[in-house]
This record gives sequence, C-alpha cells and structure tokens, in this order.
Amino acid sequence: MNPVAHLGRAVIAALAFVGRLSIFAGTTVLNLVRPPFYLREFWIAVLHIGYFSLPVVGLTAIFTGGALALQIYAGGARFSAEAVVPQIVAIGMVRELGPVLVGLMIAARVTSSVAAEIATMRVTEQIDALVTLSTDPMKYLTLPRVLAATLVMPILVGVGDIVGIFGGFVVGTETLGFNAATYVKNTVDFLEPFDIISSLTKGAVFGFIAALMGCFYGMNSGRGAQGVGQATKTSVVAAAVLILAANFILTQAFFAI
Amino acid sequence: MIELADLYKSFGSNDVLRGVDLFVPKGQSMVVIGGSGTGKSVLLKSVLGLVTPDAGTIKVDGTNILEQPRDAFLARFGMLFQGGALFDSMPVWQNVAFRLMRGELKRPKAEAREIAIEKLRRVGLGPDVADRLPAELSGGMQKRVSLARAIAANPEIIFFDEPTTGLDPIMSGVINDLIREIVTEMGATAITITHDMTSVRAIADRVAMLHRGKVRWEGAIGELDDCGDPYVDQFIHGRPTGPIETLR
Repeated sequence: MNPVAHLGRAVIAALAFVGRLSIFAGTTVLNLVRPPFYLREFWIAVLHIGYFSLPVVGLTAIFTGGALALQIYAGGARFSAEAVVPQIVAIGMVRELGPVLVGLMIAARVTSSVAAEIATMRVTEQIDALVTLSTDPMKYLTLPRVLAATLVMPILVGVGDIVGIFGGFVVGTETLGFNAATYVKNTVDFLEPFDIISSLTKGAVFGFIAALMGCFYGMNSGRGAQGVGQATKTSVVAAAVLILAANFILTQAFFAI
Repeated sequence: MIELADLYKSFGSNDVLRGVDLFVPKGQSMVVIGGSGTGKSVLLKSVLGLVTPDAGTIKVDGTNILEQPRDAFLARFGMLFQGGALFDSMPVWQNVAFRLMRGELKRPKAEAREIAIEKLRRVGLGPDVADRLPAELSGGMQKRVSLARAIAANPEIIFFDEPTTGLDPIMSGVINDLIREIVTEMGATAITITHDMTSVRAIADRVAMLHRGKVRWEGAIGELDDCGDPYVDQFIHGRPTGPIETLR
C-alpha cells in the first residue's frame, strides 16, 4: 500500500477515535443536567470506587512515602541537606506522587473492573436489554460511575497524601532519627494551601479519566471473551497514559500560576 | 400492528437487510424463520431501535417509529433475549421489576416486588426464586425469568429472540407453551425469531421466512407445509440439499 495512504488512514482513524471519545465524554457531562438520575447506582459506584479502594490507596501511599523519605535522606546527605526530608516528602507526595499513584492505582483497580463489567454486559446483551426497558445506558451505567469517580478521587488523593506523609514520618522518626514534633512542624509549615488544591484538582481530573475510559471501552467492546479482554486491557493502558499526560499538563498549568 | 416497509441495513460491505417488507396484524403471533446470518436478529433490533436502518419505514399502529422519540414506544414493548440478558448484579425479582422501579412506570418497592413475584408465578417459578441471583439459576429458569421480565409491564408488543436455544426439548416445550399462553392471554402482538420448527408450530399464527435479507415467503401457519416454496420446504424439513446453499 502507498505509505501516504497508509498514514492518511491512520490519521483519519485516530481523529475518528478522538471524535468518538469526545462525543462520549460530552454526552456523559451533558447527562448531568438531563434527568433521570440514578442515585442508587451513583451511591453503589461511590462505595466501589471510593470506599473499597481505600486499602490499596493506603498501602501504595505508605510504602511510597517511606521509600521517598529514605531516598531524599540518601540524596540530601551528598550535600549535607538531610534535614529537608519532611519538606520534600510532603511536597513530593502532595503535588506529584499522591495524585499520580492514586490515579494509576484507580486506573488499575476501577478502570479495569468498570470496562470488564460493562463489556460483559455488552456481550451478553444486557446493554440492549437496558434500552428495551426504556433505560439509557449512558445515564444508568456511565454517568453514575464517572461522577462518583470524579467526586471521590480528591478524597482518595487526600487520604493518599496524608498516609504517604505518615509513611515518611514513620521512616524519618524511626529509622533516620528525626524528632517527631519537628518533623510534623516542618511538614505543616512548608505545605501551602495551593499545594493541596492542586493535588485534589488533579485527583478529580484523574478520576474522571479513569472512569470515563472504563465506560468508553466497555460500551464499545468487541464480541466474546476476547472482546472483553481487549476492552479491559486497552482501557487500563489508555487511562494510565491519559492520567500521566494530564498530570504533565496540569502541573505545567499550576506551575504557570 | 407492526408494518415494515422496504427496510435496508448494511454493515460495511455486508448487506444484511435488502428491502424487507413485513406486516404483523394486531394481536397476532408472527414467527420469523431463516438460516443463520439471514438478518433475523437485525430485523428485531431495527424495530427496537438498537440498530438504525439505512432506509425504509417501521410503523407501529400507523406511526413511523424511526421519527419518534424511542422511549415513548419502547414503553409498549417487551423483549425476551436469546441468552436471557438478565442483570447479574441484581436479584431475580429486581430483574423482573426493573421497569416498575424506575421511570414513568415506577411504583413503591413493595408493590413492584409483589408484581414481580406474580409474574414469576405466571411463568412457573415460585417466590423462593425471587431473591436468588440469575447466576444461581439453570438456563431454563433464566429463560423463564427473562420471560417474566418481558411481560412485567403488560406490554402490547413482545419480541422473542430464539426463545428455546440451548434448552432441552422438554424445557423448550414448556417455554413454547408459556409464550403461546401469554401472547393469547395478553392479546399482545408478538414477533419471534427462531430456527426451531417445534417452536414455530407451537407459537405462530403466521410465519415469514427471511432469506438473503428479504422476506422469501409469508403466510398462515396452516399454509406452511404446503406453501410450495422450495426454500421454505428445504428449511422446514432441514434438508441439506436444495436451493439454500450450505457449507459442507
């Protein structure tokens, strides 16, 4: 095939994909103001995405915070700056690692399960059944999950930030010989409200991306077990890449403020 | 009544429906037969709005439903899916009462449950099934639950997609009898698609055979055996040789 034609097809396919995804996201957002609303589905999604994700978020954050403290101490020791461990752990967790790691864990845990669930519903005609029962799948399945993820992710990120800082605190005081009161004081004094705002904003955006990708690939799943597997895999990869890309864009935007 | 006129639908280069004309009188049970890939499911999905036809009209009681809001006419439909399509995250009674727990037909939870149990009883299932999950039921029981869901809101029109596929002959007979009884009792207009000739004879008032995306033959069930169409004749007798091409 002509390489130019090949390139052209790839570009058209990519643009068509972006168009489909944009329409999907736009429809989801517009459904926020178009009843009916399925509150029960929303609360179930809050429980599954928020509450049940707490253990994995906590574990990820505490180990990351602890490791971060050790790395900063080791790095800082090269130029006699070991004392900055509390401050760097705090800012590293709140501005970067907390939102990104929680976002990636949610992509792994929630995006995959949402994509697999909805793709299975697609394959087994449950989505068609919803339509015949006068229920819009976008309102019944997509909106509750996307809204729940967008609202609970800042809370999860907040928890992740606190637990991560606590991980650094434990390592700092138990292993590195920091005074507990001084460690807490340095952490609190160093953090600014804007750090926390940027962290939680990232969380909301990452939550939206994670749930949207799960729903999008689930709704557009191919047939059979292979279709479900493909939808699940692609949704997680897409969510992870988009979260990292969005993180860069948001960080750059916050940096400019 | 349901009237399909000159209905076309293609998926890429695959022309599935190539000008389907079909008329189903009110209160009649129409069974659509035909080989795999002849467009039977696409036909049903087109009427339900799950697939958008490329051309043609679909009228229900004289109104072209392709030009109407879908929700308004879907409220009059019930559908039994081939695989049941039960929502596996909710118990049986909530599946049956799904339509009665949300939207315009919403009722108090206790009343919806009561209706669901009544509909389950109608399809031969006891109240003990109500709180079980669909995955805990056998294939035949799932089909019955799906049938109960299809009739829960007393629809005027019911579609049955391969209602006996995957069931043993006795359970197939039970489902066929239930469908016939329910359609007669409710006075509903029904369209069933199936390969199963036992089902055809048990359920149909009229039969249409779809072949290569068009209605090849249509007539009363009593005329089926002597219709004189070689395609119909080959299909209903399951002959491997004849005008319908088969892969061997």
